[in-house]
Amino acid sequence: MSNVSKEYKTISEIAGPLVFVKKTEPISYQELVSVKLSDGSTKRGQVLDSSDDMVVVQIFEGTAGIDRNATVRFLGETMKMPVSKDMLGRVLSGSGEPLDGGPAITPEKKLDIVGAAINPWARDSPADFIQTGISTIDGMNTLVRGQKLPIFSGSGLPHNDLAMQIARQAKVRGADEDFAVVFVAMGITNEEKQTFMKEFERTGALKNAVVFLNLADDPAIERIVTPRLGLTTAEYMAFELDMQVLVILTDLTNYCEALRQIGAAREEVPGRRGYPGYMYTDLAQLYERAGRIKGKKGSITQIPILSMPGDDITHPIPDLSGYITEGQIVMSRELHRAGIYPPVNVSSSLSRLMSAGVKRTRADHQNVSDQLYAAYAEGKDLRGLVAIVGKESLSEKDRRLLDFADLFEDRVVRQGHEEDRSIEDTLAIAWDILRSLSKDQLNRIKQEFQEKYLKS
Amino acid sequence: MSKEGKIYRVAGPVVTAVGISPKMYDVVQVGKEKLMGEVIKIVGDHTIIQVYEDTSGVRPGEPVSNTGRPLVAELGPGLLSSVYDGIQRPLPVLKDKMGDYIFRGVSAPGLDREKKWDFNPAVKKGDEVTEGQVIGTVMEGTMEHRILVPPKVNGKVDKIKAGSFNVEETVAVIGGTDVSMMQRWPVRVPRPVKEKFQPDIPLVTGQRVLDTMFPLAKGGAAAIPGGFGTGKTVTQQQLAKWSDAEIVVYIGCGERGNEMTEVLTEFPHLEDPKSGNPLMNRTVLIANTSNMPVAAREASVYTGMTIAEYYRDMGYNVSLMADSTSRWAEAMREISSRLEEMPGEEGYPAYLAGRLSEFYERACRCKTLADSEGSISVIGAVSPPGGDLSEPVTQNTLRIVRVFWALDTKLRERRHFPAIHWLTSYSLYDKQLRGWYSANVAEDFPAMREWAMLILQKESELQEIVQLVGSDALPDEQKITLEVAKMIREIFLQQNAYDKVDTYSPMQRQYTLMKLIKKYADLADKALTAGALVAKIFEVPSKQRLAIAKYKQNIDDEYKAVDKDLESDFAKLGV
Repeated sequence: MSNVSKEYKTISEIAGPLVFVKKTEPISYQELVSVKLSDGSTKRGQVLDSSDDMVVVQIFEGTAGIDRNATVRFLGETMKMPVSKDMLGRVLSGSGEPLDGGPAITPEKKLDIVGAAINPWARDSPADFIQTGISTIDGMNTLVRGQKLPIFSGSGLPHNDLAMQIARQAKVRGADEDFAVVFVAMGITNEEKQTFMKEFERTGALKNAVVFLNLADDPAIERIVTPRLGLTTAEYMAFELDMQVLVILTDLTNYCEALRQIGAAREEVPGRRGYPGYMYTDLAQLYERAGRIKGKKGSITQIPILSMPGDDITHPIPDLSGYITEGQIVMSRELHRAGIYPPVNVSSSLSRLMSAGVKRTRADHQNVSDQLYAAYAEGKDLRGLVAIVGKESLSEKDRRLLDFADLFEDRVVRQGHEEDRSIEDTLAIAWDILRSLSKDQLNRIKQEFQEKYLKS
Repeated sequence: MSKEGKIYRVAGPVVTAVGISPKMYDVVQVGKEKLMGEVIKIVGDHTIIQVYEDTSGVRPGEPVSNTGRPLVAELGPGLLSSVYDGIQRPLPVLKDKMGDYIFRGVSAPGLDREKKWDFNPAVKKGDEVTEGQVIGTVMEGTMEHRILVPPKVNGKVDKIKAGSFNVEETVAVIGGTDVSMMQRWPVRVPRPVKEKFQPDIPLVTGQRVLDTMFPLAKGGAAAIPGGFGTGKTVTQQQLAKWSDAEIVVYIGCGERGNEMTEVLTEFPHLEDPKSGNPLMNRTVLIANTSNMPVAAREASVYTGMTIAEYYRDMGYNVSLMADSTSRWAEAMREISSRLEEMPGEEGYPAYLAGRLSEFYERACRCKTLADSEGSISVIGAVSPPGGDLSEPVTQNTLRIVRVFWALDTKLRERRHFPAIHWLTSYSLYDKQLRGWYSANVAEDFPAMREWAMLILQKESELQEIVQLVGSDALPDEQKITLEVAKMIREIFLQQNAYDKVDTYSPMQRQYTLMKLIKKYADLADKALTAGALVAKIFEVPSKQRLAIAKYKQNIDDEYKAVDKDLESDFAKLGV
């Protein structure tokens, strides 16, 4: 491979984010490209399609200002992320440039951002309970290290607040280990960015975080790269520096829109709702970078946030995500309207790795969680009935269940933005409201636990 | 015909080459790193290749060489207890070679070339043998691995020797051809059989809801909708552990890495209840997670099926589980869209239905080339997006398979396990299998099953009335029907996979249990006619005893005792 980078002035077509270059030397697939405009500025891009006749380049910053006379330079290498321990506390752009006025990152290593798949044989099962301090998650949708648990939300819901609260409070109890947050923003508004950054500074969380910001007015194409930079950084910190890394990705919906945009520009045959047919594989290549590896101390836990268009959970973005991630936390507009924070709809939320997590908490945890789910579901069903027949015609038992649903939302779901509940706190609240049910309604809880916790 | 050409175009996993003239589905080596790929389209001078590995950094002009043969699986001793990726590279070997991640350009043979196996000839010099015949055996762990005459080889045994060999060494010379213990077979081509049988023997699983209610025939195919946290994994493990198939092939196709890890860590710890050995000793695992190359995912089901066919040809019953076929279909969709083919429904290629049926048709019970009998039963998981069963993959699958085990979220929430719904599931084998059940279990077994299904059907109708008017308003005989239905659900259909006794229920016991419930129902009807109160009928002590009898160590004696109790209890009620 030659070190001399090759320059061309043979642009034949410019369409959307794509530039078509003719008559080149052999150029490798995914090679980095720099385009020099007539006004002297440069833009960066990546090869999407390379053949003897034509090379298709996707420009990260958009094609505005590029003309037929622009100079295209192929850099002879695929995209790499410079990584180092000093990255903690830094704020970087969506393509990895410093935004905080600090120096460029002095790399200890340069890593390929695509990232290889972890050999399933080398993976270790996620097991350690992460306490987020949020009852609906800890108590009923337990998060464990190495898990990927997305928040399915909608526009106008406080998913960002919840994500920040998790980032602030998440810990594995009794462990004194290096902890880091990698925060990846894709297409968030400037206002959202301000809130996030203020929050990072206020709580001092920034010193343990690396922030990547691709804002709403940044080029959409850059969004394809941003999460990969973040995850490459996370892998370096987790598996080479032995850190426990929490990656927050927001908002995946913007990422998928960018995928669709590129697909359309390349005139690909679209899949469902115009999204590319390879979206499942593409998302898997992000989500599957969470996990643990046998013999390594570190771990990567992912909390991707995605806003469901029209609150529709069957939309391709939440749907395909749900098949890759290990469960989901679903936000509810009804609870939000009722003024309850965090508005987590436990009925449709799920943590697939909960059974591993509860082994490390308390013996009654699983039973209590099952009981809360069951009683709350029955109580919610009764609300519909009450609307028709009135509360008076309910039996004593049903009335208890109806009240239980209200109690549950008010005591278990609702909590303060700053309220960090230990798992014992959460279970204590749960037992407290379970007392309002009659004994034979506690059919999911073993006798021994009832005896131990119901009285006190 | 030139074997060497060069790359003309690279776009993701699809590479176009010029200068080679391969056959369709030939395996080619792409680029300087010799990435493995497969020819999927030939247009004029251009050869379109799907590459099984990441193509970043590959450029036009790099060499492409044609191996001249299609994608093959290596078949021979050493398959059992292996863990492979979609193109039969052993994952533990890849880990040793490349570390924790799977990088590209590393090849690893499916079978260990070093390991020696003790070969015991079953024929002798001068014998006339034909293709598919057993010429010797090897102990592969605890299983007898039968070495077969490779397809298209026939003739007199010129030479054969006992002893310790690796898989490449010649163990016999047949009709002038050197035969080793390893065969190569193109994965997309079904291995030949002499004759396919009508599937009329059930795959006995020891799971009551499956065996009695929705049986799968040996050599048949079943679909489970999975991926909703409905206990699919437990159901599959129960099938792997208990079904009367000797060999299990499990294909993790495009699923979660952590989920695959669970399978990889749990299977080696599962004990084969029949022999006490680890279950892995008779299992082959194929793991191609969602982020591993999509082309290898597409190939993984064929690799698994070919391995299954190989053991079938030895005369074994094989059960093959593919989790999930929806991910496989998506891989087809992805590659098809890269080829810019005209899409069919929901972006899937128009040949989706054809590929699915070709795959499921490889399931069969058959007479092998050597006149022994083997079978492959396929259990395919489907993951319908948004739980919508009307989507193309589920619909096309249901058109082919004859058994549908509907795992149900509501049942799971009610802790009814296995969460297979009795009203939405079906088995079209029940008629064909009647004969077997009558002959091998009991004459009236099919009638019993129908009776139970009828009660469950009635229950669902009655439930609608109950929801309107309450159960007190029902006439007494209908109250009894509801109670009996509840007994069928709770005593018969529910089965505890974690209970030592209940985890496996032999056919005879399934029959006895159903008969006891039927006996209660009949006696209850008689008691009612004789004027007994419904409350008294519900309270007979033997009914409580029956409910927990399935967990008892001395279960068969217990059933006999319950039978007697039922009679004496109802005698007190005037029957």
